[in-house]
Amino acid sequence: MADTKERKLPAPSVSAETQAYWDAAAKGKLLVRKCTSCGELHHYPRTICPFCFSDKTEWIEASGKGTIYSYSVMRRAPVPYAMAYVTLAEGPRMVTNIVDCDFNKLKCEQPVKVVFKPTDGGPPLPMFTPA
Amino acid sequence: MSIKGKAYIAGIYEHPTRLATDISLAQIHAQVAKGALDDAGLSKDDVDGYFCAGDAPGLGPMSMVEYMGLKPRHVDSTDTGGSSYLLHVAHAAEAIAMGKCKVALITLAGRPRAEGMATGTVPRSRGGTPTPDEPFEFPYGPTVVNMYAMCAMRHMHEFGTTAEQLAWIKVAASHHAQYNEHALLRDVVTVEQVINSPMISDPLHRLDCCVITDGGGAMVVVAPEIAAKLKRPKVKLIGAGEFVKTQMGGKVDLTYSGARFSGATAFAEAGVKPSDMKYVSIYDSFTITVLMQLEDLGFAEKGKGGKLVADGNLISGTGKLPFNTDGGGLCSNHPANRGGLTKVLEAVRQLRGEAHPKVQVKNCDLALAHGTGGSLGLRHGSGTVILERE
Repeated sequence: MADTKERKLPAPSVSAETQAYWDAAAKGKLLVRKCTSCGELHHYPRTICPFCFSDKTEWIEASGKGTIYSYSVMRRAPVPYAMAYVTLAEGPRMVTNIVDCDFNKLKCEQPVKVVFKPTDGGPPLPMFTPA
Repeated sequence: MSIKGKAYIAGIYEHPTRLATDISLAQIHAQVAKGALDDAGLSKDDVDGYFCAGDAPGLGPMSMVEYMGLKPRHVDSTDTGGSSYLLHVAHAAEAIAMGKCKVALITLAGRPRAEGMATGTVPRSRGGTPTPDEPFEFPYGPTVVNMYAMCAMRHMHEFGTTAEQLAWIKVAASHHAQYNEHALLRDVVTVEQVINSPMISDPLHRLDCCVITDGGGAMVVVAPEIAAKLKRPKVKLIGAGEFVKTQMGGKVDLTYSGARFSGATAFAEAGVKPSDMKYVSIYDSFTITVLMQLEDLGFAEKGKGGKLVADGNLISGTGKLPFNTDGGGLCSNHPANRGGLTKVLEAVRQLRGEAHPKVQVKNCDLALAHGTGGSLGLRHGSGTVILERE
């Protein structure tokens, strides 16, 4: 049975450094940051690469596909929800939620795809649902 | 240069309270400071170094220095959450070795119970200017418990660790807590009771979680020439290490903790190995915390921690690796939601031969204390100290 109860999501705080990420989210696109110096992708996004410290970084659009690295269903919450780390097809792992599914059937390594969920007065949040 | 043999833990005190309704935060800091100085046989005026973390009221060390009437010539308010006090012991030894102070006081206190704080199950924003990670985490609802739970889930997935093995950690702690008159939970529990307790955040049950308590503790770290004049048994610091483990730019690996690095540094400095330890104090915010840290410190191969902790192996007197003989954070005390200081206290009691007779390890001359502060699943600070009875 799908989780149908709605949870109110707080708005993420947006800074100049991350404005483009949230603007893209509003258009249904998931961005990750790539370093053109060392070629590594990272998350959360930064202007200076956390691997080689180069300032030559740029946005790329992720496919929105990934797999569940780990998850935990927060049972002791007014509306239970599934915390997760998802491994993006492009490599980086990100903190997220798994939504619109039966929490009791979640598994590590399960394929998932991105969906965007509205927040309370801010840009939408990228979350994932079974693919 | 090394801190090996440069400092001694001469005084310790743990506040007996677990619910501080009628005591102020500053008052608890002062009470535990007084207790530790009395234990050492020193006075307030002997203190020339003061160490505290974010649990102390006010900006850094200043308000507590004023409240207690201290005159330190060296202060340090390093904060890595619950592990801060392990780092403070090491930093105090460094300061003593450099001649910056001779009697360093470290205090911890908190009142999360009296204040009705929802410690583990509600996402918390720090307020003020957001940390760079906050927009990418806080809106998703990370709590203390669900982020540790994700470490447990991945450990189970990769290594086949079971809920029963995790439960044994709580069972061992409860065996010890029954002898601690100040412990919040003194009933011995079984593996079945742990795995049948309510699920908080999969796969962690209520009894996989530590207690929430008020109180505090303090330590006095002194130079060798001061220790030589005191009447208490001598507990010497012989090695220390610290590390901050992060999400590594998205190369997240939940299967290990910063203990892998803080432990290696401490063992190398001390010139000893895990199998030399007679007793270990291991940070126990949750059962999974203990299991992962034991692996990372080298007490078991990665992935084999479940086998190490099962079947009562952590119970003093019968198990091979006695741990947290005061009942630890899982059963006795986790003051201010920061359990690092009390880890050092029980290691010192064991080395002095002052643990409860039912849990005292025989000929305990070498012990380790380790802490994890922050979130095991997000970013955390690790601190390890190795102590020797002289």
